[in-house]
Amino acid sequence: MASSDNGGYWERTKGLMYICMVVWFFFSFVIHFFVHALNSITILGFPLGFWMASQGALIAFVILIFWFAAKQDQIDRECGVAEE
Amino acid sequence: MATETQGGGFLANLGKIYAIYTGGFLGFVILLGILEQVGVPERTIGFMFVGLTLVVYAGIGILSRTMQVSEYYVAGRSVPAFYNGMATAADWMSGASFLAMAGSLYLLGYDGLAFVLGWTGGYVLVAVLVAPYLRKFGAYTVPDFLAARFGGNLARFLGIVVLLAASFTYVVAQIRGTGLIAERFLGIPYDYGVFVGLFGILLCSMLGGMRAVTWTQVAQYIVLIIAYLIPVVIMSYKVTGIPIPQLMYGEALQQITELEQTKEALAGAKAHVTPYTSYDPLNYFALILCLMIGTASLPHVLMRYFTTPSVRAARKSVGWSLLFIFILYFTAPAYAAFAKLEIYQNVIGKGLEDLPAWIYVWGGNAKVHICGVAAISLDAIKDACSQAGTEIVRFQDFKIAKDVVVVATPEIAGLPFVITGLVGAGGLAAAMSTADGLLLAMANALSHDIYYRMIDRHAPTSRRLIVARVILFGIAIAGAFTATFAPPDILKLVAWAFSLAAAGNFPALVLGIWWKRCNTQGAVAGMIAGFGATLFYLIWTAAAPLGFGNELWFGVRNISAGLFGIPIGFIVMIVVSKMTPEPSAELQAMVDEVRTPKGGVVQHSGEGATA
Repeated sequence: MASSDNGGYWERTKGLMYICMVVWFFFSFVIHFFVHALNSITILGFPLGFWMASQGALIAFVILIFWFAAKQDQIDRECGVAEE
Repeated sequence: MATETQGGGFLANLGKIYAIYTGGFLGFVILLGILEQVGVPERTIGFMFVGLTLVVYAGIGILSRTMQVSEYYVAGRSVPAFYNGMATAADWMSGASFLAMAGSLYLLGYDGLAFVLGWTGGYVLVAVLVAPYLRKFGAYTVPDFLAARFGGNLARFLGIVVLLAASFTYVVAQIRGTGLIAERFLGIPYDYGVFVGLFGILLCSMLGGMRAVTWTQVAQYIVLIIAYLIPVVIMSYKVTGIPIPQLMYGEALQQITELEQTKEALAGAKAHVTPYTSYDPLNYFALILCLMIGTASLPHVLMRYFTTPSVRAARKSVGWSLLFIFILYFTAPAYAAFAKLEIYQNVIGKGLEDLPAWIYVWGGNAKVHICGVAAISLDAIKDACSQAGTEIVRFQDFKIAKDVVVVATPEIAGLPFVITGLVGAGGLAAAMSTADGLLLAMANALSHDIYYRMIDRHAPTSRRLIVARVILFGIAIAGAFTATFAPPDILKLVAWAFSLAAAGNFPALVLGIWWKRCNTQGAVAGMIAGFGATLFYLIWTAAAPLGFGNELWFGVRNISAGLFGIPIGFIVMIVVSKMTPEPSAELQAMVDEVRTPKGGVVQHSGEGATA
């Protein structure tokens, strides 16, 4: 059964969790605080602030989850707690 | 038995089976297109669309019938991450996402993007904080986990209350959606349409439980995403010359902004890309937060991740889910922009004689109003507009219902009826797949948590499965009756689901996994306080007859009630846990086990000892 340490497994998992939460918070809220400033930039017709809320942040979320899954998998294997 | 005939061969050939299915569906669309050209009436086309897709879903449901408990509750934990992602996307995207999201964006502009953000970003929380750990634990339901972690039936019972509160009105809205689609595309009166939809939903879920729902949801996702993309892709091609709407609606946005600034008849229109024209910043961000945390707390979503073969697959599956959801949600603003451009160019500022024909198609269904009357015919609006003293349609003279933007796009783009029928089939798939997931979540909680765990712990398998099906049937009928006879005000309750689930479930799930010190007393007190505070705010501030219509606190809109309830839940849970003894060593060891991917499901080894 799981020992309390497992090569610092839980510490590393927590570290990854905090990183993900910071990125999530940034793309969910922080970036949209600056919508007025971003809207003064236009790319392909999209005001950047509008684009961030309609596409940019969503793309970031998708990438973040796949990155998290790969990173957590790596932690699992390095700490010897991965599933067979 | 279906179990043997379907087992390994089916799972090994998923790619091939669904590729053939997708090809077959596209071929069917083309065939109906040809039939329409040779003169088959529209109503027949609509019937064939809805009829055939219903038959296919029901067929999958029947083929997936099962008499095994783990197949019924968690699809045998054998659903690959990719397909579970598709099933979750269909589970998640309701009839309203499909039909009304683009319309909300049309009406609200930038502020409507709070829904787009809120209904996607929550999956980060699902992946990182909750789903892999619930999968490792190995529960059949969310209340099952709460009971094991917080030692007993009180936590289980609270989990069930939250689940039912968040799911029942939601399922009523879906059943209503199927009835409306049956009414519009099949010409069946709404009251009967509801029961036609219900019959399809039951055939998909009753015989095969989670296993059947999973494989129908995959099939439904394929239909709904094809149906969603085709009209707007063609629209984009017609307007901009390039069939990639998500990239090209930037052009439309620019033209909209220009028209808003220059066209006189558009005076009073809110600027589409300018923030905070409908919500203030506090409400915009509060809504995002409540929808995101609500997403990570809704049992019918979380339970989909119980079906993956491993913890690793559960994590990856959340990524696939969001990718498949993203495809629809990042297309919705394109629908809104193209529809708005068409309306601003060809409707607003035009003389009454020059209006496009699609206005009258939907005016007949009372979905488009001009000068205050349904746009049934030119004469009708001429009368009304002359009384209003205008010869042309000004911005304030034109009203369109938000669930028409997607459905009307084929006609706006001048496409044949077959595409409209396709959109109808897509909307039906979206409403049915969500209804299936919700019904199963509720029925499983009642049959597994209440009947098996709380009433008869020694019930034999066959009786458990019969009870599960009887309850499923009962809830479905109750939902259909509510959809038929209850006052339409009940649909407003759907917006409450997210805040209620967020405040009731999220603190207990997150602290239960991430904070060992969290104990039974804390969890129970926190769930009651968080859920209670949210419910209180909802009822206190909602307009009659749902509530007392009192003044909002700090101007926070009713829909974001979780802004108060979620922190209250967390604080009460932490403070009460700190004031009472820490959980037993065994419980803390169980938390360690839940955190460690290795070693199989926890519940399995602790069956009987955990509750």
